[in-house]
Amino acid sequence: MTKAIEVQNLSFRYSEEAKRNAIQDMSFTIENDEWVAIIGHNGSGKSTLAKSIDGLLPLEKGTIIVNGIELSEANLWQVRDQIGMVFQNPDNQFVGATVEDDVAFGLENRGVPRAEMVQRVQDALQRVNMTAFATREPAHLSGGQKQRVALAGIIAVRPQILILDEATSMLDPKGRQDVLATIRQLKAETHMTVLSITHDIDEAASADRILVIDDGQLKQQGTPAEIFRYGSRLIKMGLDVPYTAKVAEDLSTAGVALPSQFLDESELAQTLWTLHSQM
Amino acid sequence: MDITFTNVDYTYQANTPFQGVGLRDINLTIHGGSYTAIIGHTGSGKSTLLQHLNALLKPTAGTVQIGDRTITPATNNKNLKPIRQKVGMVFQFPESQLFEETVLKDIAFGPQNFGMSADKAHQRAEEMAELVGLPKETWEQSPFDLSGGQMRRVAIAGVLAMQPEYLVLDEPSAGLDPLGRQEMMDLFNKLHRENGLTIVLVTHQMDDVANYADQVVVMEHGQVIRTGTPREIFANEQWLVDKQLGVPKTTHFAEVLKQQGFQFEPLPLTEDELVTALLPQLLRQGGAANE
Repeated sequence: MTKAIEVQNLSFRYSEEAKRNAIQDMSFTIENDEWVAIIGHNGSGKSTLAKSIDGLLPLEKGTIIVNGIELSEANLWQVRDQIGMVFQNPDNQFVGATVEDDVAFGLENRGVPRAEMVQRVQDALQRVNMTAFATREPAHLSGGQKQRVALAGIIAVRPQILILDEATSMLDPKGRQDVLATIRQLKAETHMTVLSITHDIDEAASADRILVIDDGQLKQQGTPAEIFRYGSRLIKMGLDVPYTAKVAEDLSTAGVALPSQFLDESELAQTLWTLHSQM
Repeated sequence: MDITFTNVDYTYQANTPFQGVGLRDINLTIHGGSYTAIIGHTGSGKSTLLQHLNALLKPTAGTVQIGDRTITPATNNKNLKPIRQKVGMVFQFPESQLFEETVLKDIAFGPQNFGMSADKAHQRAEEMAELVGLPKETWEQSPFDLSGGQMRRVAIAGVLAMQPEYLVLDEPSAGLDPLGRQEMMDLFNKLHRENGLTIVLVTHQMDDVANYADQVVVMEHGQVIRTGTPREIFANEQWLVDKQLGVPKTTHFAEVLKQQGFQFEPLPLTEDELVTALLPQLLRQGGAANE
């Protein structure tokens, strides 16, 4: 079966004078219908990677294959057709005078018939809970609302691959949960592939697999539970330390005997209660 | 210097088809020397409220008292400079406002614009670069060659170079990685404690509210619906969930532990408070493994 994304020996340098490669000989594969989170601290090369996959940066060294199509100058648009990308700062991708115009833009570009377009725009706005703002001006929305509208514009197009580049960073915690739930539901319906670049522990936990990037290289990969085991070292990897891991470390340091594997909230609560009962 | 809102309304793009309510009947005092956190759902009016703190927006009804100046709907846009100097504003993604050739020139721009000599402004810029923790080797670099976190420090240093009494921060850590976020919050805490700045912080991070703020303002639909200390605000988890706001991770986990059978009085707000309250319930006194 065709893979959603195959990256082979990718290297990228921003300029001749740059001291080092932003991406250094990176290879990985993302399966169809998979949700992969990419984590790494600021400047680790995550966004460069996302832009490379979407053909927003020139391909210098290595191969990128999206849904079986090898990225080249000739079929750039064919590749971009597979991918919907939401950026961190939505101001950079607004074009419409109103929210609904903006969401419709991608569909107009693809020549979707008007009746279907209206219906898809409504559906997309409803999914991100922004229907009430359909006729408002995108510029006057809050940061989190803008991120919802940007996502709606991509949802309306229904790409096979969704790339989120810190696309939930401006949302409040509840808003982030809502948006993640929207993506999860959309993924269940359409089997799209999700690639999310994130610092957020909840977003990373939603993934099937996490790739850890540092210095332009792929350093680690594993399921969320495997990666979360790194505890306080996660902060160096650009991810928040899960709260339970921090508390467990504090308690261990103070002399409480706790197991070393990652415990989620209810597991830690039960473990602590067992200890308390043995007092 | 206090800032007091009295019956403040603000309507966006009044008399146009885009008209919308930004603020409704705000009554609020922010005391000089305080660390105030403003929380609220996306679109609740937090950023609109902030822009009234230095008269970037003027109320469409009511008054905003900023020190000895009273801002009304009729206030003239002239002579607002002293307010802008006293109330330093750091917007979302402030690094997008950088423009100078070097880090120091960018930091020095504000004071020079306010009439300070080039030499003095340069000296001030060096002090501020040091204060926000920009390493010396970056000072003569282009700000655009720096990392996102460092660019943000440059922008904040530029605001601090005006020597404001207030530092107003609109989601200052958004977009930074967790380490960068932590360093940023430590910086503001230092400026508050050591340099006596009044901090007004808009944030979605309830942990930051619990760790740093002494006053919390909760907004919804353009109105202030509650004010109080973090302990008062976070005491009722259900109310915050109903308002689509989170609670600090500590408070949430303490509730989970309470259901398991642990006891907390009062409910801890920070990680340190939680661990301190837990240890006596886990280790026999004097018999701890670390003793």
